[in-house]
Amino acid sequence: MSKVLFDKETGPREVFCGLTSIVWLHRRMPDAFFLVVGSRTCAHLIQSAAGVMIFAEPRFGTAILEEKDLAGLADAHEELDRVVNDLIARRPEIKTLFLVGSCPSEVIKLDLATVAEKLNKKFLGQVQFLNYSGSGIETTFTQGEDGALKSLIPLMGATDEEKLLVVGTIANNVEDRLKKIFKNIGIKNVESFPPRQSTELPKIGTNTKVLLTQPYLCDTVRDLKHRGCEVIHAPFPLGVEGSTKWILAAADAFKIQELKVHEVIAPLISRARKALENHKEILRGKKLFLLPESQLEISLARFLHNECEMNLVEVGTPYLNKELMEEELNLLPENTKIVEGQHVEKQLDRVRESQPDLVVCGMGLANPLEAEGIHTKWSIEMVFSPIHGIDQAADLAGLFSRPLKRNQILTTKTLATSK
Amino acid sequence: MELTLWTYEGPPHVGAMRIASSMKDLHYLLHAPQGDTYADLLFTMIERRGKRPPVTYTTFQARDLGGDTAELVKKNISEAVERFKPKTLLVGESCTAELIQDQPGALAKGMGFDIPIVNLELPAYSKKENWGASETFYQIVRTLLIEEVSEDSSICAKRWKDLGRRPKVNILGPTLLGFRCRDDVIEIQRILSEQGIDTNVVSPLNSSPDDIKRLIDAEINICLYHEIAETTCEWLKRNFGMEYTTTIPIGIENTINFIKEVHKKLDLPLTNQEELENKSKLPWYSKSVDSNYLTGKRVFIFGDGTHAIAAAKIAKEELGFEVVGLGTYSREMARKVRLVAKDLNLEALITNNYLEVEDAIKKTSPELVLGTQMERHSAKRLGIPCAVISTPMHVQDVPARYSPQMGWEGANVIFDDWVHPLMMGLEEHLIDMFKHDFEFVDGHQSHLGHTAVNTNESKHENIIKEDQPNLKEIIWTDSGKAELTKVPFFVRGKVKSNTEKYAMSKGLSEIDDETLYDAKAFFS
Repeated sequence: MSKVLFDKETGPREVFCGLTSIVWLHRRMPDAFFLVVGSRTCAHLIQSAAGVMIFAEPRFGTAILEEKDLAGLADAHEELDRVVNDLIARRPEIKTLFLVGSCPSEVIKLDLATVAEKLNKKFLGQVQFLNYSGSGIETTFTQGEDGALKSLIPLMGATDEEKLLVVGTIANNVEDRLKKIFKNIGIKNVESFPPRQSTELPKIGTNTKVLLTQPYLCDTVRDLKHRGCEVIHAPFPLGVEGSTKWILAAADAFKIQELKVHEVIAPLISRARKALENHKEILRGKKLFLLPESQLEISLARFLHNECEMNLVEVGTPYLNKELMEEELNLLPENTKIVEGQHVEKQLDRVRESQPDLVVCGMGLANPLEAEGIHTKWSIEMVFSPIHGIDQAADLAGLFSRPLKRNQILTTKTLATSK
Repeated sequence: MELTLWTYEGPPHVGAMRIASSMKDLHYLLHAPQGDTYADLLFTMIERRGKRPPVTYTTFQARDLGGDTAELVKKNISEAVERFKPKTLLVGESCTAELIQDQPGALAKGMGFDIPIVNLELPAYSKKENWGASETFYQIVRTLLIEEVSEDSSICAKRWKDLGRRPKVNILGPTLLGFRCRDDVIEIQRILSEQGIDTNVVSPLNSSPDDIKRLIDAEINICLYHEIAETTCEWLKRNFGMEYTTTIPIGIENTINFIKEVHKKLDLPLTNQEELENKSKLPWYSKSVDSNYLTGKRVFIFGDGTHAIAAAKIAKEELGFEVVGLGTYSREMARKVRLVAKDLNLEALITNNYLEVEDAIKKTSPELVLGTQMERHSAKRLGIPCAVISTPMHVQDVPARYSPQMGWEGANVIFDDWVHPLMMGLEEHLIDMFKHDFEFVDGHQSHLGHTAVNTNESKHENIIKEDQPNLKEIIWTDSGKAELTKVPFFVRGKVKSNTEKYAMSKGLSEIDDETLYDAKAFFS
């Protein structure tokens, strides 16, 4: 392992909770509904983070706890039962219903597992019920997906068939590209988890080799291992380097010659490197500060340093799973400062002190930093955009070069009234 | 338990944040888990604020619950006071913290700070955003002014005469994330100033705790948004005898009534009443013949209480629309909205469920919807023009230009905002009506000549074939075609289809000029 510097920080944080991941999960599995059992805050959070006014009837909602629900848990369970019945009657197309725990439901110890079990019996053959927690007292932003996927694992059938299981939500078009590449190098049996339909879950077993697309799936990986799956260790498929190593690791697990892989991906790599050049021109030598939020920070830092030649000031991460991140950490330059956790005020002090050229941060912080003349890229875009794979490397770089390019164009650099 | 897919109002602590973020020199310590920090983006993204809201979230986690969350609260309070040096500290909880009962307000008060501490108790499981904003504003004012209350603290609205100065008023209620508050405040101050009335304090927007302490330097209060400021105005009336206005100056008549009310309360003679009628272009624009087509337009209104009530009055009395539906999501304003609805022979729709609103729109088949951003989406789906009149805020509701709802300029803005979508609506309707006219199709597609004539002609033929397959046998003779071209273009489509309908009903295979006149006589 290269020598990176680890630091831990506690204090007030500025991050989304796991409920936010519903925003992309419901799009991935259009036959599923996500029912948060929580407060008006939960409902408001999701609609604010997603800007959901565009949907007629979204495939997620909140069963908002009211005072009478807090008084007696038995009643709360009954109430939830009633809400679910209404929902199913109204939306007969739903095949899977996730009951999603929240901060208040966790604190009052609402037992969603039992509720789900009961409902499963009642709606047997019609709707399957699952539960997981997206609460902010336990999960950060992307960790919600970890919980959702973990809850699906018990429903996955068993098989001895050899297959590559690509795990983690990625854009559909990216998924198609990656599958094509795997096919071309000789891995024929490739499936994705989560699938595009919640009812079409892949089967798994001892001959299933798991390849992660996202770094935030610790619990899912553990449960897949318990089911006998073999986990392929690799950096994550962001940028040319990460994606190449990711594909090579998969090939290695399937005993495919490296030469064969290079034959397939060499033209892709040279095309992607060429496309990266324009962005590199803008990003080269610029100072980058990543605030903790999406858990993609370490992979992004590796890509932006190794392939775009940016200088890393600080790499924040909401939490650090050294085992899952080992391959990534090995690729980071010496003395990279990684800070786990957050004290948002102290971290912003360090941002101002170090005067970075670009800060990757959440939406709450972006405009205030811009107003001070510090350029930003909001991290939520990373979870909505197709950024994985060799073909997307230049698009990924573009997310970071665009704010800098824009700044070169515009004459006004700060907001005069902000101070 | 209530199933909610989308909500008009956030939780009450977001209301408190609206007050805190509107003000200066004040900090809000919010005992809340990390996810609740999303609320910052409402201000930094929707309002494009260049400042973070002055809020410290304790962001407690599950592992803290086993230990001492109270210590965590105290640590955060100390750090926040040290770092931000506020002149007043608000302390409160969000929904989750309410359940663990750390009582952060009491903790803060026990820490020995020499600044006023406002303890906010906002029941998250029964109340909503506007209530939270109103309660917070009231608690701040109460905390900062309670010591000034005494037997002889009564303020006489006429005292400015004895003091030998212009009368002074406070403008209460404007906040961030309030609909066009930023510009309403400017407009109202301008109007008051023209009448010789000075503004003492505007609050909460851009005010500080020091300004709150100065509220009692004014003679009366202007209650600009009842949702936010009525409770505070009532308290100031009860404890300082300060009168407050109840007329919301949205629309011409209400702006005039508002000015009259202010003058009456201050005992200031109103000398320029006729002048007031001509301050806005709305009355004349509405009177001008071009607006004839607005008469009796069916309009459906839904929004917060203040804006929905104002919209109903303007729609009916100042634009000559017919109000076919009225409702609000503000339960606190339900009584007032019901009264207005009753006057219009309607039953008010009081709901927080946007699907019910969409349903009501469908049922009343209005020609214009005045609603929130959500109704804009519903109306779009239903193909009905819509103008946005109320929160919840969307980035579009914070326009770069000066764009108030209140006062004279507000009336101008309202005329344009409500009538322009309707014009567009009429245009859409015309396009639909004449879509078989290739002259019209040409004109609609491009103003740049006839480079695409051939494509359009073939398209035109296709439309006929697709839409009316059984018309293939009916042939327009040359005389028929010639006569048809003499019909003004805007009714030509109608005439054509009526004639064809007529010809079909008579079993004719040809339409000549005479058939056209026969049909005309038949339908007239």
